[in-house]
Amino acid sequence: MNLPDIIKFVIDLLAVLLLALGIKGLSKVRSAREANILAAFAMLLSVVGLLAYYLGTSGIPAQSWAWIIIGSLVGSLFGTLLAKKVPMTSMPETVALFNGFGGMSSLLVAIGAFLFPFNEGAKAGYVEPFINDISISVSIFVGAITFSGSIVAMAKLQGWLSTPGWTQVKARHFVNIIFGVTSLLAFIYLISGNISSIWLLVIASTLLGIGVTLPIGGADMPVVISLLNSYSGIAAAAAGFVVDSQLLIVAGAMVGAAGLILTQVMCKGMNRSLVSVLFGGSLSAQSTTSSGSGEYTNITSCSVEECALTLEAANRVIVVPGYGLAVAQAQHTLREVTKKLEQNGIEVVYAIHPVAGRMPGHMNVLLAEADVPYEQLKEMDIVNPEFPATDVVLVLGANDVVNPQAKNDKSSPLYGMPVLDVQEARTVFVIKRGMSAGYSGIKNDLFDLPNTSMVFGDAKKVLSELISELKDLGVGEK
Amino acid sequence: MNFDSLLWVLLLGSLLGLELIGKVPPTLHTPLMSGANAISGITMLAALTAIIKAEPNSPLLIIGSISLGFALFNVVGGFFVTDRMLAMFSRKPTKKNK
Repeated sequence: MNLPDIIKFVIDLLAVLLLALGIKGLSKVRSAREANILAAFAMLLSVVGLLAYYLGTSGIPAQSWAWIIIGSLVGSLFGTLLAKKVPMTSMPETVALFNGFGGMSSLLVAIGAFLFPFNEGAKAGYVEPFINDISISVSIFVGAITFSGSIVAMAKLQGWLSTPGWTQVKARHFVNIIFGVTSLLAFIYLISGNISSIWLLVIASTLLGIGVTLPIGGADMPVVISLLNSYSGIAAAAAGFVVDSQLLIVAGAMVGAAGLILTQVMCKGMNRSLVSVLFGGSLSAQSTTSSGSGEYTNITSCSVEECALTLEAANRVIVVPGYGLAVAQAQHTLREVTKKLEQNGIEVVYAIHPVAGRMPGHMNVLLAEADVPYEQLKEMDIVNPEFPATDVVLVLGANDVVNPQAKNDKSSPLYGMPVLDVQEARTVFVIKRGMSAGYSGIKNDLFDLPNTSMVFGDAKKVLSELISELKDLGVGEK
Repeated sequence: MNFDSLLWVLLLGSLLGLELIGKVPPTLHTPLMSGANAISGITMLAALTAIIKAEPNSPLLIIGSISLGFALFNVVGGFFVTDRMLAMFSRKPTKKNK
């Protein structure tokens, strides 16, 4: 080992260590922000290490510098712009988009490495051409699926794509199997030396990514994104085999494995298995046939004024936020309402369902943005026993996560999903735009209960009306 | 590095990843996913290697550069967006109920 090798080795080792510490730190509230910066630093370090190594050995041609600078500038610029400008509510889509581009990067490198071999080992035949081709194929396959799947997921979350009915037919599995088999055939051709089959592999795996993601309902998208995130780690590890870099393999493998764990955690939160998420199709499409017990019989609707009067008399209020709150961007208005209540000595707590919103932690981020104290956010298991001792529950744009069907109705597709027991409270106000169903498309039995009142309207509008009503009642005027 | 030692690296890296996040509070799921996603942009190293090793005037330069752009979009954007989310948690809790 000569000097550049040793330096590169030490830097790589240090980068892996810092990345591991970064991922670990990201899983704790206290250290998360520093850990993120640490991981970013480790990435920078790895780039510096790589560049220094080639400067010290083979040198970097001027032409290469030019392309490196162009690529880095354009990529970083657009990445920064998007990251700074995107609203907090669109986080899931943004992560999906970033993830898709990461997959695209692995895909392109693998195509490049195949068409214009640059790895000395592969060129000189040290590395079995067979193994080199397998690494390239895996990188292309996983990279393409990650890219097309993430883009579909993003388009669905943005509302650009719906879940068309024809995607729910059983034949879709057959079509996907064809894509899968085609990929496999292309893979075999490629290994046996048929160069042009690389394009077949690219096309078939791209279509497979679309075919698998398209039928999945919007409610399951977070799980899909988490899974695709894990794939992009695998794609990175495969690219590591192509360019013979241990650092790439370790980092890719870590992300791949950590992503799998996270996916599992999310599935648990919704009480669904990964298999049923991936192959079960959209929940709403099933429910139209299975639970047709559909009509509401006993809806009580009430005015904002009544809601304000009840709130004024309460001692303890629990707020259940959901995606509707995020869509209406009503978190700041909500905070104003709860501030008024708190000034009147009313205890306010926020009940956070693990999958409220479109992604775990979505509500926490949203409420933190509105300066809600961290200790007022309570997780489901902690807050559930507190509902019977609660006077008023405000359900804001949440639906499926407060559906008692999940506990009582064995025929319901939601059955078994852990939910918030809001119906145990004395009064429940559901602030909702209309009677439409939640993301699962299932009727919510909560709305029919005698202690539930519906307040119809956009969350932000209702909440600001609530503020003026509370003001008229003299709440929070001390 | 020969192939089987790289496989060992892969195996140990995966085990490390499985161990690293055992218990994660739900609050951190989205930031963790986003942070891990940024790290998966480490393919930028592969893109860099491709550009550096490319022959002069080879199309590989362009392919590598585009790949590098995509990877850096993922990395830089990913870290910034994660930081934006986490910045909201690290704020000092506001005054409690009086």
